[in-house]
Amino acid sequence: MVNAGTASSPQPKLVAREVSVFYGEKQAVFDVDLDIMPREVTAFIGPSGCGKSTLLRCFNRMNDLIENCRITGSMLLDGGDIAGSDVDVVQLRTRIGMVFQKPNPFPKSVYDNVAYGPRLHGVAPTRSELDELVETSLRRAGIWDEVKDRIDQPGTSLSGGQQQRLCIARAIAIRPDVLLMDEPCSALDPIATATIEELIDELKSEYTIIIVTHNMQQAARVSQRTAFLNLGRLIEFDETQKIFTNPSEPSTQDYITGRFG
Amino acid sequence: MSSSVPTTISSQAAANRLLLRRKRAERRFQLYGILAISAAVGFLVVFLASIVSRGYMGFVQTEVRLTINFEQELVEAGSYRKILRTSLAELFPEAGSSRAERRALAGLVSAGTVFVLRETVEADPAIAGTVRDVWVLASDPVDQFHKGRIDASLPEEERPISDASLARIAALEQDGRIALRFNRSFFSRGDSRNPEEAGILGAIVGSALALVVTLVVSFPIGVMTAVYLEAFAPRNRITRLIEININNLAAVPSIVFGLLGLAVFLNVFGLPRSAPISGGLVLSLMTLPTIIISSRAAIRAVPPSFAEAAIGLGASRVQAIFHHVLPVAAPGTLTGAIIGMAQALGETAPLLMMGMVAFVVEVPGGFTDPSTVLPAQVYLWADSPERGFAEKTAAAIIVLLGFLLVMNGLAVYLRRKFEKQW
Repeated sequence: MVNAGTASSPQPKLVAREVSVFYGEKQAVFDVDLDIMPREVTAFIGPSGCGKSTLLRCFNRMNDLIENCRITGSMLLDGGDIAGSDVDVVQLRTRIGMVFQKPNPFPKSVYDNVAYGPRLHGVAPTRSELDELVETSLRRAGIWDEVKDRIDQPGTSLSGGQQQRLCIARAIAIRPDVLLMDEPCSALDPIATATIEELIDELKSEYTIIIVTHNMQQAARVSQRTAFLNLGRLIEFDETQKIFTNPSEPSTQDYITGRFG
Repeated sequence: MSSSVPTTISSQAAANRLLLRRKRAERRFQLYGILAISAAVGFLVVFLASIVSRGYMGFVQTEVRLTINFEQELVEAGSYRKILRTSLAELFPEAGSSRAERRALAGLVSAGTVFVLRETVEADPAIAGTVRDVWVLASDPVDQFHKGRIDASLPEEERPISDASLARIAALEQDGRIALRFNRSFFSRGDSRNPEEAGILGAIVGSALALVVTLVVSFPIGVMTAVYLEAFAPRNRITRLIEININNLAAVPSIVFGLLGLAVFLNVFGLPRSAPISGGLVLSLMTLPTIIISSRAAIRAVPPSFAEAAIGLGASRVQAIFHHVLPVAAPGTLTGAIIGMAQALGETAPLLMMGMVAFVVEVPGGFTDPSTVLPAQVYLWADSPERGFAEKTAAAIIVLLGFLLVMNGLAVYLRRKFEKQW
């Protein structure tokens, strides 16, 4: 196992140490050590069922929803524990937002979709503040111009790519530090995918982003660092450039050249 | 090569035969389906036609116009019986003043006429001392005869109406003093021993009150049970046992619920017998499984991504359910509740045990008043010997079916309306 967080001077945003995840008796993730650097895009790649989504969901404790799911090891966000049972997961999830594989806007208006998080946490108490926050979030997600005239229409009436950007706007409306993206483009066409990728590139100036992807070209395009996982183990974690041009591990080489996976 | 040609032809023929057979089978199957549907529609038509053809007469009632002399002193003395008697005697002067003759005359109009006269005066005291024409209900035999349900050609002793009465009815008809009018009192009165006076309002109010109790008790309990089982309950042996038992509960014969209600609600808790509160509680036991099962199905049908998205935004599980899952599941839940209510509306057996199949004249004014319900009223009237009750029974069935239709229509409407949102 190689861990190359060496060259960067800033403190890592997220730290995982010896993280293992069990579904009942079955172990899905084995002793992963990982440092996620702030304001960068980190990609998790690997064949199906390698545990990359499971690992991603550990960071905002989405695995808590799954019965029989047990996590060991330690995880830190800015040096503070996020894996312990006494951690306030609501607080945690306001700092670590999530975008899901399938665009899942609520069956409510575009406005209410974005405003849901802020309302929940009382971020923007007045109507005008909320209006402003909704607009900023939609702008930042690059969808404002497309939806400003139909802000009261259901979010589900948008196209797939627009829905996914709406979900991103919804996630950043509560001003998280970290965005977790679980294959955000797998349900989108190539044009919508390109838009999202551009957006991710812009967002990394403000957010720490972790993206799980099946698409190796996507990982190469959007990420600065790439973690390759296989069979629940972190095989290699390095700068994206290095992973895709000169991987240290033979199995990484095999995967990125398409020999398996 | 040459040998392959005949085989192709024969296999071609075989394929054609097979194709023909398949087509025939398909046509036959469609025919069976059409036959089944026609049979079902036929039964429905026969059923509705029979009910409506009998029932529509229940909504009209023969009335007689009497010229009543409201003599001042008789009104003051409250002798409305005498007022009526005098008026009838004036109408038919040929009738003697013997007791039997007087009774025969009084038998032309409903036994409640005396009270109607009193109410008329009480409503408008200025009537006292005047002569007025008043439409009063005809008695049941007169009503039935006028509606053509009594065969006048039968010998006198075989029909419930005497020759003298027939002559008087003919005289009334000639004077235009007899007419079929819409039976308003059917919708404004409780039950009565006299079919011409019997109304359905008591049963409607009783049913409504019982359903209110049922809804208030079973809807929140049912929905919360469904939410808990679907979203919170751990999957273990106990919850599985509970699930199986809820499903079994839906199949328990309703009379058993009645016995349970009798033992628990009446005997242990001492709730009033024949009252909507106890009847409604028993009905809510019956409705619970329906609501739970349909609500669970509705909740399960909501894509988990909604709850996941909310939780990802920092909502608690309860918030995710109440903000996003329940609103989407609402049409299914409401439909289940309305269907459950419709079931409860048509239920008689469990109420038998609660004493709600009872002769109750007063329209119930509250949840603890003695009352009956619509299907029980149908049963009671169907059981009565007077001919007039036959059409009342059919009319009550029409009213009951009307309510069921409205409720099911409401369920469809709600489902359509709310499902459009996403």
